[in-house]
Amino acid sequence: MSVFFDIQQFSCGYYRKFYIKNINFNVAKGSLTGIIGPNGSGKTTLFKGITSELKPKEGKILLHGKDISLMNFRERARNFAIVTQNIEEADIRVEDYVMMGRIPYHSKFQFFETKNDIEIAEKYLNLIDIVHLRHKLMNELSGGEQQLVSIARALTQEPEILLLDEPTSHLDISHQIQLMNLIQRLNAQLGLTVLMIIHDLNLAGEYCDYLVLLKQGEIYKKGTPEEVLTYQFIEDVYGTVVITKTNPLSGKPVVFSVSERTLKQVQDNRK
Amino acid sequence: MQKKYLKWLLLILLFIVVTSIIIIHSLTSGDLKVSLADLPRLLFGQGEGVEFTIIKSIRLPRIILGLAVGGALSLSGVILQGVYRNPLVEPYTLGISGGASIGVALTIVFGLPQLIGTYMLPLAGFIGALVTLFLVYILSIRSGKIKIQTMLLVGVMVSFIASSIMMLLLSTTTSENIHSIIFWIMGSLDEPDTKLISLAVITSLLSLFLSYFFVQPLNALRLGEEKARYLGINTDVSIKILFVITSLLTGVCVSMAGVIGFVGLIIPHLIRLITGSDFRILLISSFIAGGGFLVLCDTLARTIIAPNELPIGVLTGMVGGSIFIVVLNRINKKSLID
Repeated sequence: MSVFFDIQQFSCGYYRKFYIKNINFNVAKGSLTGIIGPNGSGKTTLFKGITSELKPKEGKILLHGKDISLMNFRERARNFAIVTQNIEEADIRVEDYVMMGRIPYHSKFQFFETKNDIEIAEKYLNLIDIVHLRHKLMNELSGGEQQLVSIARALTQEPEILLLDEPTSHLDISHQIQLMNLIQRLNAQLGLTVLMIIHDLNLAGEYCDYLVLLKQGEIYKKGTPEEVLTYQFIEDVYGTVVITKTNPLSGKPVVFSVSERTLKQVQDNRK
Repeated sequence: MQKKYLKWLLLILLFIVVTSIIIIHSLTSGDLKVSLADLPRLLFGQGEGVEFTIIKSIRLPRIILGLAVGGALSLSGVILQGVYRNPLVEPYTLGISGGASIGVALTIVFGLPQLIGTYMLPLAGFIGALVTLFLVYILSIRSGKIKIQTMLLVGVMVSFIASSIMMLLLSTTTSENIHSIIFWIMGSLDEPDTKLISLAVITSLLSLFLSYFFVQPLNALRLGEEKARYLGINTDVSIKILFVITSLLTGVCVSMAGVIGFVGLIIPHLIRLITGSDFRILLISSFIAGGGFLVLCDTLARTIIAPNELPIGVLTGMVGGSIFIVVLNRINKKSLID
């Protein structure tokens, strides 16, 4: 039996510049996987490889055993819905924006949305709870609201996999938690497979089933949060001193940063 | 959702009504005033006389060409703005009109029109426009991304180079050619050849029809090329075909009516304020309104200083240039250029 989503010996990158290599991991259907790593470790490059923005140099990425680089744009868009982190400048109404998720299903010269399209868009407007925003323009919304609308649009694509590029990066802590709870709920309720780049190690540890830690363009460690988020690994990859503990409620690993001064005091006390 | 389509239908009707009023106004005004009551008789009836000649053989062809050229320029403007995601690009500001005019001027200077006859000038305009557009596109791409400032600058520079080449051509050619080039540069809808007028009409209607096969890519491109690809759009192919369509529109317009600037800038901008940014309504609305606007400008151009006639490019340039500055100011406030 073939694996649901399988990245094999994958390498890709920019011409003569940075590239990632020997990427091997697979994603189980219905799982919530996080890609973590410091700035410049190749998270975004890997993301662009998965979205086929960058051509593979070696290896391949398989969905249901099918090489995604052999899919056309439309087929890829039906399988992968992608939420990027940039702010939307376009003056498009929220309901129309969400409806754009149906484009991959439209025939070449389909002028009007079908009843089915409208029902699906309505369903996700309701599910994400953004019905009250429907007549607003995208460029009038806050960063958090834009993320919600983008996710509603992505779900309207009815994808096999939802890809998110640092979904919490522009948000304050309450919006971060709201968004991650939403993603977790979608993952549980809809059985949606989620693969995301995530900067915040504590959010990654708390919410993801599986983590892939990148260092200098290669996978340093992959596994459950408990396996990946140990202080040795983090110190080695990020080059900074941290302390890891277990969250008493969830039992998930938590990472604490340690300031230079504290570190010095501790060292002095030991002497 | 159904309400949206009804609203679009009403908007299209509104644009048609306004344009019709402009057409009737244009038919009746001028040296020879015609009353509204007489118009149907002159237009549809048979008869001899000055009135019939003026309405049917002078004003009507001119209006038809105005509708076709105005629609075409406006359509290519709105398409280019969609592709580049910038409200300031249009055939004129990107230098495409300039490129088309070099093509046309070269054929006049080298006496090529005699070679294949009437259609040589539009063909030359199309080739000039196409070459320029791809040149601007390639020059303004930096590591896969289109840099907006670079693109506008390249466009302006191409316009300068085009006008310098024009000067060069003018200073080296015969006085007979100079006359026909200058006359044509100034821009006029006065085109005696009905074959060319039908070519303009066919080209612009065909392009409008073709452009509707690309409403999905254009709508998706509002989010940027990358996000459009994520929605299943083959952006490279779509953009290239759209470039060919806009070059065809611009080339044919320029070869017939000269360089008429800013129609493709003002009309889509104003229409977008009314209809919103969905290309399904934007394309057809811009087309109709562009035609109406150019007919209006042309009517003004031939009546303001009657019995003399202003070059139509002068009017659109003055109005359009001012609006360009206003738009640029508004954008700078939102700092879209970054």
